[in-house]
Amino acid sequence: MAATIADPVREGIASGWRVIDASTLDEDRTLDADVVIVGTGAGGGTAAEILADAGLGVVLVEEGPLKSSTDFRMLESDAYPELYQESAARRTRDKAIGILQGRCVGGGTTVNWTSSFRTPDATLDYWQRAFGLAGFGAADLAPWFARMEARLAIAPWDVAPNANNAALARGATKLGIASGTIRRNVKGCWNIGYCGMGCPTNAKQSMLVTTIPRALERGATLFTRTRALRFVWHGERVEALECAAMDARGTRPTARRIVIRARAYVAAAGAIGTPALLLRSHVPDPYGVVGRRTFVHPTLVSAAIMPERIDGFAGAPQTVFSDHFLDTLPLDGPIGFKLEAPPIHPLLTAITLPNHGATHAGRMRELPHLQVVLALLRDGFHADSPGGTVGLASDGTPVLDYPLTPYLWDGARRAFATMAEIQFAAGATAVIPAHGEGAQFASSAAARAAIAQFDLRPLATSIVSAHVMGGCALGPDPRRAACDPAGRFHHLANLHVMDGSLFPTSIGANPQLSIYGIVAKLASGLAAALKA
Amino acid sequence: MIPSRRNFIFVGVAGAAALATVRLWPREAPRPGALGADGVAVMSAIAPVMLAGALPGGGARETALNETLVAIESAVAGLAPRAQAELGDLFALLALAPARWSLAGMTASWQSATPADVARFLDRLRESRIELLRAAYDALHQLVMAAWYGNPRAWPAIGYGGPPVLG
Repeated sequence: MAATIADPVREGIASGWRVIDASTLDEDRTLDADVVIVGTGAGGGTAAEILADAGLGVVLVEEGPLKSSTDFRMLESDAYPELYQESAARRTRDKAIGILQGRCVGGGTTVNWTSSFRTPDATLDYWQRAFGLAGFGAADLAPWFARMEARLAIAPWDVAPNANNAALARGATKLGIASGTIRRNVKGCWNIGYCGMGCPTNAKQSMLVTTIPRALERGATLFTRTRALRFVWHGERVEALECAAMDARGTRPTARRIVIRARAYVAAAGAIGTPALLLRSHVPDPYGVVGRRTFVHPTLVSAAIMPERIDGFAGAPQTVFSDHFLDTLPLDGPIGFKLEAPPIHPLLTAITLPNHGATHAGRMRELPHLQVVLALLRDGFHADSPGGTVGLASDGTPVLDYPLTPYLWDGARRAFATMAEIQFAAGATAVIPAHGEGAQFASSAAARAAIAQFDLRPLATSIVSAHVMGGCALGPDPRRAACDPAGRFHHLANLHVMDGSLFPTSIGANPQLSIYGIVAKLASGLAAALKA
Repeated sequence: MIPSRRNFIFVGVAGAAALATVRLWPREAPRPGALGADGVAVMSAIAPVMLAGALPGGGARETALNETLVAIESAVAGLAPRAQAELGDLFALLALAPARWSLAGMTASWQSATPADVARFLDRLRESRIELLRAAYDALHQLVMAAWYGNPRAWPAIGYGGPPVLG
């Protein structure tokens, strides 16, 4: 039974880890540390382990709750409100893009689908060429990726893909489109398919069960339900981090405040949270780069009905990909896209399928036969893809404004046509692009003709993102980048950024391993500097 | 009351008549963690139409709808305060007859609207040329669909057996 699965987090707490749920605080707190890290996702978790291993005193600040395998009941109705930003209902300013981001200890790594790719060479080459970013070439980063792959058990997944992923591979192969299998960060995975709701068996090597426990064992302190409000700075240095305790539900700050003074400050709150924290802090930003060039891999969804059972809710959710439409298109030409498959669980499927009433209900009754493909647009490599801007609402919470340009819609149209063609090649009897009233097409020719005429526009075409990147870019030139190549904010000597907001463009692949590798390099540099 | 900026945006597209009504209309601020009376009226009318063809028959239908409303209320309570305020504004606006009429041609009250009235209203929102109305459709769609399909009672009809038992 589930009770026989060991819960390393609960065991750690019992063994004396310093974990403070700020929603239970009845007085303000002030403390000192060598380093304070805001955020416990791929960036914050990686940095915490490296800095704690160097013998530094680390305090971690996390806005979400600490939940672990005992809490992970594989229910969407639990997981989305508890583990995701804004109950998984976060959207861009005009509401046109739905954003899935983690908000819990482990951040996105607690709820992601385990896909692990090194940063594509083409992306790294572009950073060097277009932004003058030296030291981040494929050869420079290879040892850092190798180190994190070993740490997080990132390896090829040798189990046969579930039927949903197999259909993507089959359709692509029939059309002569190259596909591959995705490496995963798992150890002893049960292949059950609930990665997105928190791994109930601790097989996924997320920050929650790897780097954060290690940092806590080395004496780090973790504040949960704690919102970083602002850095207090003077001259060229940050002097303190001011935080608010959140209420038990995590929606509103309480009156309790936590002030942390440290030698170095690390922002790792993700590519919406980090720029927002810097903006709330009114950090010096003479060139207005903070929060600019934020990328999301705008993602299109195509559903199909297959004659056979797919049961896309079962089995490792994301194991097959195709980069054909990235590799065969010039990086700075028409936008390319990566093809992948998602898990097909009832709630996420129901909110993604267009329309309502009998049409929607009929599609939902086909759930076991539904097959779904995703196309992730590679944004940020073209003048017509400048990305979005993170700003602040009147209550200080972040808002991402992401205009959808004709350049992106052109990619969306090609992506819909390609996904439909692949799904028919895989044997689909019908394809339903997630657009408009959710029309269903019975042949590739019919789908192609209709897609060519689609009136693609915000809030008629379903667009989602699980990858927010950029907004505090790395680069030597302060006019174009927020952080120097060491990850240090250009205008404050002891403020560092260590998360996906460092990326000068989107990655063109699921970003977790890019964050792990790049942050491992930067955090090791910071550790050495602080020990010197 | 003084309309918030969000109200003003919604109403800006609806016309001056609706704006005047919003200004004059007394409404209780939505209670934290609650749909409020307006939200309950709107969602009670919309949920059965959104879920037409999806709900079980007989007495189970009433239970399903009640649980859907409870789940919607709980979802709204878990949203960030800003999102809750936006939804509160939307519900307040949709509670106003002139706004309903000018935005989506619906004259009936939520209590007296027939399923056909509500279906037409939803189609008009979904197909509107106005982005904000399509955003409103999306918000209503997500609330209802998430509330019902997150409920294990919805699963037998869609061939989903629920999560596996580990052990």
